Amino acid sequence: METQRIDGPNGSENRSTIGQLNSGTNLGNRYLIQDVIGVGGMGSVYRARDLHFPNVVKLVAVKEMINQAPDPLVRQTIVHNFEREANILATLSHPSIPRIYDYFTLDNRSYLVLEFVNGKDLEAILSQTDGTLAEEQILAWGIQLCEVLAFLHHHKPDPIIFRDMKPSNVMINQHNHIVLVDFGIAKSFQSGQKGTMIGTEGYSPPEQYRGEANTKADIYALGATMHHLLTRRDPRLEPPFSFGERPIRKINPNVSMELETVINTALQYNPDDRFNSVDDFKDALLSAGRKTGLLNRINLNPSGQANVSVNSGIKPVWAFQCEDELRGTPLMYNGAIYTGCYDNNLYALNAANGEFLWKYASEGGIVGRPVAYEDIVYFGSEDHRLHAVNTRTGKISWSYYTDGRVRSSPRISENHIFFGSDDYCLHAVNLSTNRNAWIFDTGSEVRSSPFIAGELVYFGNEAGDFFALDYRGNAKWRYKAKRNITSSPWVHENVVYFNSMDGYLYAVDAKTGWLIWRFRMEKPSIVSPVVVDNMVFTGSSDGHIYAIEAKSAKELWRFKTGHQVNGSPIIYKDALYCGSVDGYLYCLEYKTGRLKWKFETQGPITGAPLVYNDIVYIGSHDHFIYALLA
Amino acid sequence: MLNFFRKIFGKKEEPVKPAMDNIVTAPLSDVQLQSIRAMTVNRFEPSQLLVTSAQSVGRQRELNEDSLFTLSTTIAGHSSNAPFGLFIIADGMGGHQYGEIASNTAIRAISDYILKKFHNTLFHLPSIPLEESLQEIMQAAVAEAQRAVLHEAPGSGTTVTAALVLGQQLTIGHVGDSRGYLIYSEQRMEAITRDHSLVRRLEELGQITAAEAAVHPQRNVLYRALGQGETLEADLSTTPFPIGGYLLICSDGLWGVIPDDEMSKIIFEAPTIQRGCQNLIAAANAAGGPDNISAILVQLLG
Repeated sequence: METQRIDGPNGSENRSTIGQLNSGTNLGNRYLIQDVIGVGGMGSVYRARDLHFPNVVKLVAVKEMINQAPDPLVRQTIVHNFEREANILATLSHPSIPRIYDYFTLDNRSYLVLEFVNGKDLEAILSQTDGTLAEEQILAWGIQLCEVLAFLHHHKPDPIIFRDMKPSNVMINQHNHIVLVDFGIAKSFQSGQKGTMIGTEGYSPPEQYRGEANTKADIYALGATMHHLLTRRDPRLEPPFSFGERPIRKINPNVSMELETVINTALQYNPDDRFNSVDDFKDALLSAGRKTGLLNRINLNPSGQANVSVNSGIKPVWAFQCEDELRGTPLMYNGAIYTGCYDNNLYALNAANGEFLWKYASEGGIVGRPVAYEDIVYFGSEDHRLHAVNTRTGKISWSYYTDGRVRSSPRISENHIFFGSDDYCLHAVNLSTNRNAWIFDTGSEVRSSPFIAGELVYFGNEAGDFFALDYRGNAKWRYKAKRNITSSPWVHENVVYFNSMDGYLYAVDAKTGWLIWRFRMEKPSIVSPVVVDNMVFTGSSDGHIYAIEAKSAKELWRFKTGHQVNGSPIIYKDALYCGSVDGYLYCLEYKTGRLKWKFETQGPITGAPLVYNDIVYIGSHDHFIYALLA
Repeated sequence: MLNFFRKIFGKKEEPVKPAMDNIVTAPLSDVQLQSIRAMTVNRFEPSQLLVTSAQSVGRQRELNEDSLFTLSTTIAGHSSNAPFGLFIIADGMGGHQYGEIASNTAIRAISDYILKKFHNTLFHLPSIPLEESLQEIMQAAVAEAQRAVLHEAPGSGTTVTAALVLGQQLTIGHVGDSRGYLIYSEQRMEAITRDHSLVRRLEELGQITAAEAAVHPQRNVLYRALGQGETLEADLSTTPFPIGGYLLICSDGLWGVIPDDEMSKIIFEAPTIQRGCQNLIAAANAAGGPDNISAILVQLLG
């Protein structure tokens, strides 16, 4: 029997430790509490059954507000305000406003009994959706929200200001229709004392923080709500009034320019710059919907997007064709470009005009970046050797054998050259004697290129170990990632940054090896990070180029390319240059991630570009090396 | 195949093949060896933290609602010892019930969480390396404090600024308007936290000036605090501890009364950091002491 559940401890005394009513409580001798369906700042919201209808199950929502004011007079005023507002709401009849059935006060708690809405609120919908919500869906909800706000704003004798528009206050019922669930009624329960939070952080306009709330405040908050839905960026986690710093289309490029413009107008800092009324807001949404075809759902494809013109006006200064794919990164030394090629050759070209100077044949593919020192260019090859070739003649000076393919790029410091090999070792070779000073066995292939800073040599291996060795080849510390570290590290201000195939970008203290932070990318990465201006730039096989704040690990921006990003980005002046397996070389503003231009090659780009004297040099799998104006 | 034999017969075999092109190889000369060794001399300098803290209820409040926590030691690192320090200030929100409980709960929850994580390291017990990063630990500690404050002092609120020093890395977790400053040896003072206050935000947006912010009637209104609001995102950052400089953590009872350049002057003019810290508190009281005053001053030696 249903009615048996009514028995039990008396009404409001039946509380859990955190002060919520337990299910089974009979509140006010009428409402049988079933479950907590929400927790707000002032108290909880329950689903309850109305026992005045014993023969049918009539569900209601019971909203509880706890009166925390210590002063009896203030408490009384609060209860009066609550009852006055409940009376106003009880007269409202609109499909998007839940009906009010009852209200009452017991001790220091006041209760509002409302229509139970069977559905989910937008915050829950957002958190349960993986990708972005469809633009036309958000547009439709926005139009419905304008309609119900217009109904409230046109209320006579006084307009009703909702004051608390945010995703969690908007329910979507089973007919995919919106219902506003939490009226500003609760506001009178907030104490206005010094040090108190005011408004709903993130969605409220600046003037609401000065105590002004009019129809323009609701317009702003609706704009903020739509911004959150379209971008999935929770404004409560951002500084107040910072929507201007997060343009919608930068985060979700699929959103139409038209809708973005409408929402930007609603989000203007100055109330006078917003729409005059919520009716104007709605008209603007409708017109954006018509222009984009979203309203008719005719055009679901965001096609015809105005893209930055491809290769527009970008003619290579020169291009040079090798006999096979260029997988590595070029080097500039004394006016010449040196680049390894999968045809086993190292090419030397005149940097000014791409004129062929010489080529030197190793016996395996060259995938790394060469390094030059005192007129000798050094590079590793898949023929297991490190080659030292005279830059003027292209003739071999000496070579050094390892027991595995050399894919790691060499680095020179203190008259020694350091590089890894697939023979599991890091080799330190003295440039005067051409013999190894030491080798360090890591237990797995070393394809990561060492980085030398503060008298330590940093590199990773294919078992996921990361090492810091001193100049004598002793391990100072090591750190274990979950998977291969093919990426080459970068050291900046005593922090080592590197990527791993486990999908993380790691920031590790350079002296002790303690992990400071890690940043999760969507897929594994072999890209080497670079640090400029306290920003870490890197890429991942998830196709993104990322910019991350070095101190806080906060993502500043990400840019989506058409395929995996395997080559490292380069920063030059105000721009970032990075290639992608989609064949493009991208040039972005490094502070914002905005695309400046892109240049199409006919094959994947896996190496890093080189920029020197305003010229970008980039090799592609299409066998060409290109020189472009930066 | 070669690798296979090497594994069987050990690694003693010289892996280097003779160089080509008439290059004669020779062992390193003593001079060469010396120059290599000179680069890598292992000097042992005990790097450690010098810490002091001070607190005053101020001259206009009856209750102290600030809480502070300091702990300093050194831990055995992978190859050398590293200083380890944890410093926290929490300022319970005035006008709220149980502000002092909130601030005390916050420092306890954060110190508990972090010290438990480093328990084995601190006591030199066998341990597996921590999976989480320093920033993840700090973030989880602040989230733990948020839970604890909501549970133990519902309806109250507190700021919290926590600094974890490990080696030369200083990791900050921050909510509210207490502040962390780095003071460099050339007396330059830099705030490394950002106030989560309404006036600071309005100031950042150019809506009001710094002078207006200092006297704004709502200058105590925070938009983010522990125990307030449903979601909480702490600001996290890691910066190098300045060599020859200081870390100062303080509540608004200090920075709201004494200008930044005045604070750094007081610190540099004092003969010891203990005196400097006390002089900071005294200066705030001399300026009226409108609020509780708490300060922690840390120096990295070695």
